Amino acid sequence: MQVTEYKPKIVAFCCNWCSYAGADLAGNNRLAYPAEVKIIRVPCSCRVNPMFILRAFQRGADGVIICGCHPGDCHYTSGNYYTRRRMALLFSMLNYLGIEKERTRVEWVSAAEGAKFAATMNDFVQTVAALGENKRLEDLRCKL
Amino acid sequence: MQRIGVFVCWCGSNIAGTVDVEAVSEALKKEPGVVFSTNYQYMCSQAGQDIIKNAIAEHKLSGIVVCSCSPRMHETTFRKTAAAAGLNPYMVEIANIREQCSWVHKDKLTGTEKAIILGRTAIAKVNLNAPLTPGESPVTKRALVIGGGIAGIQTALDIADAGFEVDIVEKQPTIGGKMAQLDKTFPTLDCAACILTPKMVDVAQHEKIRIFSYSEVESVSGFVGNFTVNIKKKARYVKEDVCTGCGLCTEKCPQKNVPNEFNLGMDNRRAIYIPFAQAVPKVATIDPRYCTMLKTGKCGVCSKVCTAGAIDYKAKDEYIEEKYGAIVVATGYNPISMEKFDEFAYSQSKDVITSLEFERLTNAAGPTAGVLLRPSDHKHPKTIVFVQCVGSRCSGAEKGKEYCSKICCMYTAKHAMLTRDKYPDTDVYVFYIDVRTPGKAFDEFYRRAVEEYGVHYIKGMVGKVSPQGDKLMVQASDLLANKQLHIEADLVVLAAAIEPDASARPLATMLTASMDTNDFFTEAHPKLRPVESPTAGVFLSGTCQGPKDIPETVSQAGAAAAKVIGLLAKDKLTGNPCVAHSNELMCNGCSSCERVCPYGAITYEDKEFRMPDRTTRMRRVAKVNEAVCQGCGACTVACPSGAMDLKGFASAQIMAEVDAICK
Repeated sequence: MQVTEYKPKIVAFCCNWCSYAGADLAGNNRLAYPAEVKIIRVPCSCRVNPMFILRAFQRGADGVIICGCHPGDCHYTSGNYYTRRRMALLFSMLNYLGIEKERTRVEWVSAAEGAKFAATMNDFVQTVAALGENKRLEDLRCKL
Repeated sequence: MQRIGVFVCWCGSNIAGTVDVEAVSEALKKEPGVVFSTNYQYMCSQAGQDIIKNAIAEHKLSGIVVCSCSPRMHETTFRKTAAAAGLNPYMVEIANIREQCSWVHKDKLTGTEKAIILGRTAIAKVNLNAPLTPGESPVTKRALVIGGGIAGIQTALDIADAGFEVDIVEKQPTIGGKMAQLDKTFPTLDCAACILTPKMVDVAQHEKIRIFSYSEVESVSGFVGNFTVNIKKKARYVKEDVCTGCGLCTEKCPQKNVPNEFNLGMDNRRAIYIPFAQAVPKVATIDPRYCTMLKTGKCGVCSKVCTAGAIDYKAKDEYIEEKYGAIVVATGYNPISMEKFDEFAYSQSKDVITSLEFERLTNAAGPTAGVLLRPSDHKHPKTIVFVQCVGSRCSGAEKGKEYCSKICCMYTAKHAMLTRDKYPDTDVYVFYIDVRTPGKAFDEFYRRAVEEYGVHYIKGMVGKVSPQGDKLMVQASDLLANKQLHIEADLVVLAAAIEPDASARPLATMLTASMDTNDFFTEAHPKLRPVESPTAGVFLSGTCQGPKDIPETVSQAGAAAAKVIGLLAKDKLTGNPCVAHSNELMCNGCSSCERVCPYGAITYEDKEFRMPDRTTRMRRVAKVNEAVCQGCGACTVACPSGAMDLKGFASAQIMAEVDAICK
């Protein structure tokens, strides 16, 4: 793969109970992943309003990933099912608007899967970096 | 505008090694709202906390950002620090620059850049924080222990001794668990029954403990301090309070060919049975799969011989609903199935047995009354081969487990030693990958097996066991001597890996407690909170959390009990203030939020609103029950009008975080 200097901006939403803990575990085990990934902690993946993702793309994010507990393991019993449905809709709409579906992703990462978290982030950053900079949703009026 | 203080922690060299902490605290000074910024070696230390407290007073801070380790580690610590200095604890935000920055990035420039962005993000959030006050909820002063093995027994006794009511739910007809099946216990070789059965009696006689044997947990709802649990009491067709446990029915029942689970199917029991002599409760149970009366309606022998009149063929499953303040999981383990390990000929020969079966064979109360006889022809075995790590430490294989089952080295040494002690003419071989004996008096015990009792320990794996006539040909490699071995054995004993009980997975789902990839329950923190589940009010005892021997299980059981006692001793619990909140002016009463709420925390009420023309109008609006809301935020996204928001994770706050990251 071609190595570029370009560094994508990646926003990762992680649920407090599984994926955020999985990210911490990746840290505990010193499993490296690109620094382009910045994590926002939310109580549950179902807290992620589609508005947040639109906002991220509007503000120049190149990729957005949402991580939650595995289906059936949600701390709030059903939150990740809502996430799965909502994001399926949102991502197909974003794809229609020109934000490639590779720039958006939902992953299930448990608190015990530090290695999976790091691997997922490595893969996601690589995928997004290969797509290049994202300009589609950028609304110049919003730029500070 | 907030007055924000920023505190960057070095965490010794953990953070400072990869992040230029000086540069971070300097850069964050320029962020909006920040009036003070500093760094220190250990922010969580007393001195570090004093820096925070003094700065709050000196600079009249209205919010603080601590750039340090994960909030899962020290958020509570810093919230307490803020509270001690008179600042609302929910005005504290943590920027995770250790686990999610310094530990995963090697380059100092990259690490520093990211730490600044993470700090900036937390500052953006704090700028929109509002002081929050947690609500209070009462505590039901009763605990539920799920599982009646040694872990559950010890936890229940410790909680009950502190004066709280405890219920034990055990799916088998008796409590006692795996320990009741064991013969002797390492490294002291005292008999398992002699130390376990008195505890079982203590449980039965304790006025604070109720035992629901032959019962299972059906459903769990509620939250810490206020769980509602539905317990299914399976029909045992014998009235528990009437049966005297005389055992006459178990002798007269004509259905004699039921495999005896307690002896792992090595002998038979009747269709009506008491698992073992010291069972608690000592009450007979009818096995509906085998009872002729229940299947065909013709028999009734047990009912005729029962002088107490305890038999009730018409019994039905009963459901009991009970409230608890805390739940302890003590579901234990099972040896894994040997189905996939056909190289050891477990399914082909009766003389290839697991260690737990060996335990029953040497137990005085077992199928052979403690005399070591081959299951096939009831002869004394002269050569016994023990195979360790069967299914344990199988990295990457589809069969078996990756982890070490921990107890096998020690019980195999025990079995080998006891065999040589009782039958000095027996040759005993043990094949091992490594002998692991960390524990008090453990290595000494293993050395005794080798040196005093002359057990042949051979480093190497057994490749194949093949039955030939009445012998078992064992093909193995001796790694130290670098040669192949062929041993003609009479008995092969497999130290099967242990795995969590099958009931653990559905139970974890009911409790919303997390599990690892091996289905062991996850602890809230691997080192600092080893007996608590991340789910508040759920505690872990024994092997449901990971492989353990009896002393460790008992210690953990006591530790879990201490945590439960600490919880039940409180009259009120402070809840989580980060709950949903509906803006009544924007709500149009559409019920979208109510439909997605997993807790039923949202209700509706008609409220009077003043209209611009000074008339009033009644309108239906959503109302959140803050004691029931757990703060997941599902409703905030479902709300089409944006009326629903989550305190502490408000939409505006998360948007601000997104902006700060993308800037």
